[in-house]
Amino acid sequence: MRVMAQMAMVMNLDKCIGCHTCSVTCKQAWTNRAGTEYVWFNNVETRPGLGYPRGYEDQDEWQGGWVLKKGRLRLRAGGRFTKLLQIFSNPKMPSIRDYYEPWTYDYDTLLNAPAQKSFPVARAYSLISGKPLNVSWSANWDDDLGGSREHAVKDPMLKGIEDKIRLEFEQTFMFYLPRICEHCLNPSCAASCPSGAIYKRSEDGIVLVDQDRCRGWRMCISGCPYKKVYFNHKTGKAEKCTFCYPRVEVGIPTVCAETCVGRLRYIGLVLYDADKVLEAASAAADTDLYEAQLGVLLDPDDPAVQREAERAGIPGDWMEAARRSPVKRLIMDYKVALPLHPEYRTMPMVWYIPPLSPVVDAIRDTGYDAEDRDNLFGAIDALRIPVEYLANLFTAGDVAPVERVLRTLAAMRSYMRDVNLGRDRREEIPAAVGMSGAEMEEMFRLLALAKYDDRYVIPTAHAEQAHALEELATDCPVGSFDAQLPAVFGEGSGRPVPVAVENFEMLRRRQEADSLENQLIGGQRKQGRVNLLNWDGVGLPEGLFPGPDASTHDTSKDGSR
Amino acid sequence: MTTLLWVIVPYVCLAVFVVGHVWRYRYDKFGWTTRSSQLYEDRLLRIGSPLFHFGMLGVVLGHVMGLLIPQSATDAIGLSPSAYHTIALVGGIPAGAATLAGLAILVYRRRATGPVFSATTVNDKAMYAVLGTVIALGIWNTVAGSLFHFGGEYHYRDGVSPWFRSIFYLQPEPDLMADAPLGFQLHAILAFVLFAMWPFTRLVHVFSAPVGYITRPYIVYRSRDERPDAATGTRAPQRGWERPELHKK
Repeated sequence: MRVMAQMAMVMNLDKCIGCHTCSVTCKQAWTNRAGTEYVWFNNVETRPGLGYPRGYEDQDEWQGGWVLKKGRLRLRAGGRFTKLLQIFSNPKMPSIRDYYEPWTYDYDTLLNAPAQKSFPVARAYSLISGKPLNVSWSANWDDDLGGSREHAVKDPMLKGIEDKIRLEFEQTFMFYLPRICEHCLNPSCAASCPSGAIYKRSEDGIVLVDQDRCRGWRMCISGCPYKKVYFNHKTGKAEKCTFCYPRVEVGIPTVCAETCVGRLRYIGLVLYDADKVLEAASAAADTDLYEAQLGVLLDPDDPAVQREAERAGIPGDWMEAARRSPVKRLIMDYKVALPLHPEYRTMPMVWYIPPLSPVVDAIRDTGYDAEDRDNLFGAIDALRIPVEYLANLFTAGDVAPVERVLRTLAAMRSYMRDVNLGRDRREEIPAAVGMSGAEMEEMFRLLALAKYDDRYVIPTAHAEQAHALEELATDCPVGSFDAQLPAVFGEGSGRPVPVAVENFEMLRRRQEADSLENQLIGGQRKQGRVNLLNWDGVGLPEGLFPGPDASTHDTSKDGSR
Repeated sequence: MTTLLWVIVPYVCLAVFVVGHVWRYRYDKFGWTTRSSQLYEDRLLRIGSPLFHFGMLGVVLGHVMGLLIPQSATDAIGLSPSAYHTIALVGGIPAGAATLAGLAILVYRRRATGPVFSATTVNDKAMYAVLGTVIALGIWNTVAGSLFHFGGEYHYRDGVSPWFRSIFYLQPEPDLMADAPLGFQLHAILAFVLFAMWPFTRLVHVFSAPVGYITRPYIVYRSRDERPDAATGTRAPQRGWERPELHKK
């Protein structure tokens, strides 16, 4: 047994309202830079739908992840030699059209247009070619089933059930799926990287790209089945979700979780046996993989595990955090969280509680009591389509675990109604799904009421390691980071600067400077650019809302009107 | 003049090549990349890039054979000059043709595809000009000189090759080169200019050919403490935080 700690996330899909706040704040913190205009480390997809990039789940086409060939686990796109032979042109890399061509608007025309009869229009311009662009796709073009007759029918997850599914607007079901990097236990992006630049941090399992070692071979981008590694086309390097490691290291949750309006994200540790990962990922049938993945996780209350963890150098407070972990409870104790696409065999570590809402909505629409256990159980059995669809997403098509989870959620709904209304508790309801009433109430508290500190149990990195952290630089550098050497080789060359210092300086410059460099296309100032990376959730982030003087408009120019 | 061209220039260029690479690696690891443009365009790249790169590997092998292995060695293993010549041409001409065809496709793509062209720096253009000229001269020397014997027959294994080796023996023999045909002279001198430019262009990616991938375990684990250099931070952190900009065309 080789115990390792993994920072994991659970998302409760019933609570997602599809507001995209997570995506926007993540972009604001991480990818609002040249070269990453099209990149969303966090995106929210409407399902059924194509997702981002378009149809990424169709592994027959994209060849991401692992497959079992003759009992051995192999990269689907080919092993080391195939990769090296394809290094001059990656045949499976998505093009910018598979994501979308990023654009901005020509605000200059709006702001400087003379008085005229027809209203001036800000045209869209491509941020790739700089040419006018007819916007026809984006990261969430099929949001809320928009154009679903054209797009959702191509959803790869409808394969096998397409004859049963109705995508007519009134009859279909719908839910949102927020996605970040899965920080897999068996990451195929890392395995695909010829340079060995992608690594899994041994302390917390976060998968990162070493920007100094990345040589831009692009194999990770096609190797990841979730298409969550992106190519920065300005720097020529791969970039991906970082699990906001500078925040997590100091004990605050990721930006996407922090700003989540529905409070549907849970962050905490799980312990796993690193020696068993390969064996579990090599499970014979795709439908065995969910169980196999559960089998890799270790119980932090088990004395044998505690002994091994101590030997592996996992600190005591980390063990305590692993015991209190909300993620561990949802995944291992209540077993209501399922991994996204276990059939890719990467052992993803962002788990999802499948939504009961399609079932509840269906019952309510027919006029029956949608809180009643028997109605809900009956509907789960009768409504094959949502269940089969969810199974395609979370259990490689095996409906049994999805049904079990939905029944558990339905039972909780029904049981807690009696409790909330002060009726007698019907203990047969939790018993029907193999739980005690107390357990069910605990689960309810975690899913519905949990406060900040219950949803995010994040042990901080250790004081003795403080010197190595991004956010807590303990040394006293001689000279300022401002005095960098110019980037003589163009884009991104020159000596590295710590992330935090870089952000700070960049922010300060942007907010203070009054030069051309600080102007938007329309001549508007860049004021109000906000950095959410350093925001701890308390109070308002600096610069989020304009000050009283920011709205005063210079009327001298168009004073003739 | 002979000494300047065939002794001083090569040594200066080689020194710049070596020191430049060390300096660039230490100073600019973040900029050490292929700067791939596949995201913008991949139909032409899919044909042009493998043609060029595999052709280039053949060309490099051919140069190793022709420049580094002395004629005495091939004679010793019983390879007659005419047999050697045939091998060189049979291997060299397809490799050269593939390289040239690939380069033509890539240069066309670079000019014709808007996003690729706007991602091309002055540095890139200068490098392509020198690289293209060196390749063109090399092919001219092979085809015109060795195949059709324009301007008399010339055995580079008696002239260029011993001179090239003499540089590394530190006993340069510039006279060997002074007598070579103009085509070979230009090819050699421009090749050294290219070596001098090398560390300052995207060509550095040649030295990151990922051969270690073959033996490395698939999943890399790394501790937070392990840092590649002494910067403050978990790893040397990234540059590239510029804001997106619109350059209207």
